[in-house]
Amino acid sequence: MFIRSIRFAVGSALVLTLVAGCGGVGGSDADTDGAAVNLTMMGFGTGDEIAKTRFDAANAAIAPSSATAAEGSFDAQAFLSAVASGSPPDLVYMERRLLGTYAVKKALTPLGDCVDREKIDMGQFREAAVAEATLNGQLYGLPDFYNNRVLMLNDAAFAEVSLDPSGFNTGDWQGLSTAAVRLTKTSGGKLQRIGFDPKMPEFLPLWARANGAALVSDDGKTAQLNDPKVIEVIEYTVGLVNEQGGWSNFKSFRDSWDFFGAKNQFASNQLGAFAMEDFYLNVLAANSPKTKVTVAPFRGVDGQPVDWITGNAWAIPANSPHAGQACKWIKTMTDSETWIAAARARAEVRQKENKPFLGVFTGNKKADEVIFRDIVKPDPAVQTVLQAQETGFSEPAMAAGEEFKAAWQNAVNRVLEGKQKPAQAMAEAQQQAQAALDKANSGS
Amino acid sequence: MSAVRRRETWAALGFLSPWLIGFAVFMAGPMIASLVLSFTDYDVLTSTDFVGGENYRQLLADPRVRTSIANTLIYTALHVPVTMIVALALASLLARVGRRSAGFFRTLFYLPTITPKVAVGVLFLLLFNGQVGVLNSALGVVGIDGPNWTVDSQWIKPGLVLIGAWSLGSTVIIYLAALQNVPRDLYEAAEMDGASAWARFRAVTVPMISGALFFTLIINTIASLQTFDEVYTAFYGSANQQTYGNDAALFYVVYLFQQAFQFLHMGYASALAWLLFLIIVIITVVQVRLSRRFVYYESE
Repeated sequence: MFIRSIRFAVGSALVLTLVAGCGGVGGSDADTDGAAVNLTMMGFGTGDEIAKTRFDAANAAIAPSSATAAEGSFDAQAFLSAVASGSPPDLVYMERRLLGTYAVKKALTPLGDCVDREKIDMGQFREAAVAEATLNGQLYGLPDFYNNRVLMLNDAAFAEVSLDPSGFNTGDWQGLSTAAVRLTKTSGGKLQRIGFDPKMPEFLPLWARANGAALVSDDGKTAQLNDPKVIEVIEYTVGLVNEQGGWSNFKSFRDSWDFFGAKNQFASNQLGAFAMEDFYLNVLAANSPKTKVTVAPFRGVDGQPVDWITGNAWAIPANSPHAGQACKWIKTMTDSETWIAAARARAEVRQKENKPFLGVFTGNKKADEVIFRDIVKPDPAVQTVLQAQETGFSEPAMAAGEEFKAAWQNAVNRVLEGKQKPAQAMAEAQQQAQAALDKANSGS
Repeated sequence: MSAVRRRETWAALGFLSPWLIGFAVFMAGPMIASLVLSFTDYDVLTSTDFVGGENYRQLLADPRVRTSIANTLIYTALHVPVTMIVALALASLLARVGRRSAGFFRTLFYLPTITPKVAVGVLFLLLFNGQVGVLNSALGVVGIDGPNWTVDSQWIKPGLVLIGAWSLGSTVIIYLAALQNVPRDLYEAAEMDGASAWARFRAVTVPMISGALFFTLIINTIASLQTFDEVYTAFYGSANQQTYGNDAALFYVVYLFQQAFQFLHMGYASALAWLLFLIIVIITVVQVRLSRRFVYYESE
């Protein structure tokens, strides 16, 4: 009883002192049929036409009720405080990889009943995205975007060193190293161009899969960070970085890029190639449409395309004040028709701006079929992404997703900084990650 | 106690009561709660289990706790003296300029203090970038090839100390007030005795402003030990920075925050908070003890 009082006191204090700015999280009206209620949410803003169109459609679906968007991305601190103080939002929008952590602690409502009641067509969603939102056989989120990882190659840089972009293959490690060094440019001991950025540590799951390994078992309960194949890719990719000037110069130079601007690393010829999420194609199309970039699939050592996918999901917190309305809302938000309407809205805006529109890659395959058939005429770059996503894999939902990720990221960072050897770092990470998974899965 | 004294005491308590009530509700309550929680396995969302001293045993064995303590202490040991010396130098200059200019410069030095710490963190990444940062460009002018301040482990903390100088305006103002209160006749007497400028500073200025020096030593030390905002923004705040978080920037409160809100180990985080409290108390007590030899109070 005392502990419960303490928990309540801390929860209240957290709300009062830490998240005073996000008041109104809880709803005020009963979730009754026909009654107009105001749904509150966390993690989603209506910053562009894609978001706005879908948001309006979802609101129309629950009229006379409506939802209020909350600007800013998902804030774990605010969400925890709201749930702990008994004032959860009606809806929450977060990365799918986070769902497992909150699900195992019963902060999220399983969506089985919601799917049944609203007759949500689960067949419309991509399997990898659904798998990422499923823990111990229970669905905890409806998939939103579907972020693919592909290679983006700077045609100008390749031409400069007489390299053919079509021969650039991440499955041929020897050839990749040679190409990366050829593409790298330095002047006065300083990097002028990175040849190939392997995007470590954040793309380790992709590299591991490309080398025939996985960081965690299929059930998300056993860490496999010390798998020799994982260690092998770390040795190779860190070696790639070292061949191009070493981590310190590499990262410092990369931090200086105008990543989302017109003078981005491709437009400024500061990068030869990198693996990247598909959304960046739209950034390039909007900011430097004249820059020529070749898109290629990321290939494994067996020569086959590999695509690690991630994305966000819509979830309903436990004790959501208006769970029924929230279910209707997220059904509409993720429905194929809603995505198609949003894509049409984006296409119109881009047309008015006289800029290319490369489409949106959603977790809804039915929507994608229509978008890339009727709204977008896929260019070779988009075709590559579409082909890659057919082989997309996701990491399984985990009960301690954040700790797991921190363990391997910190380990790779230690290797990049030259503080540890890959085997030593990953042995340490394995121990930390497994301890975290065991603890979370034991329910303590 | 005389009746007058008693009345004054009650009046003082009356005036202090809003703060005392606020302290009891918003500070003492959560502090006691966190002490209790430090003996539990509390994740905010599920049931709370009493685990005795397990969290404290765990933190003593946690290598990242040791890393974060070492980082924080090194930063404090660098940041506090640099802040005090630079602030005193600026305040000494301000004390000499004319009244009109003084107002302008006071404002100029104080303005950065009101800059949000989050902005300072972003500023650090921009100004201290090894390739294109303003600092290295300036060093390049005098022939120095500057390091990668934001990436090299050995340069991250010195870089943060330098960026910390951005917000020393409050300390400057305190020193300026103290310098202006030093009786002029002491300087005149020293001058008549033939004391040099350095001798006057060492024998008159420093003893006379030792109270202010001690006060800023205490508050800057405590603030440095609790450094969070700018470091978190620069190295852990965005998804991108989280990915490349450098252990050299793993400060104690950053690690505490990660345990509490990223990993949901609120019980463990509470134990970390109490360890920090203990460290601050020990350092402060040592400083207070040492101050008795060096601090001069006019009322004594």
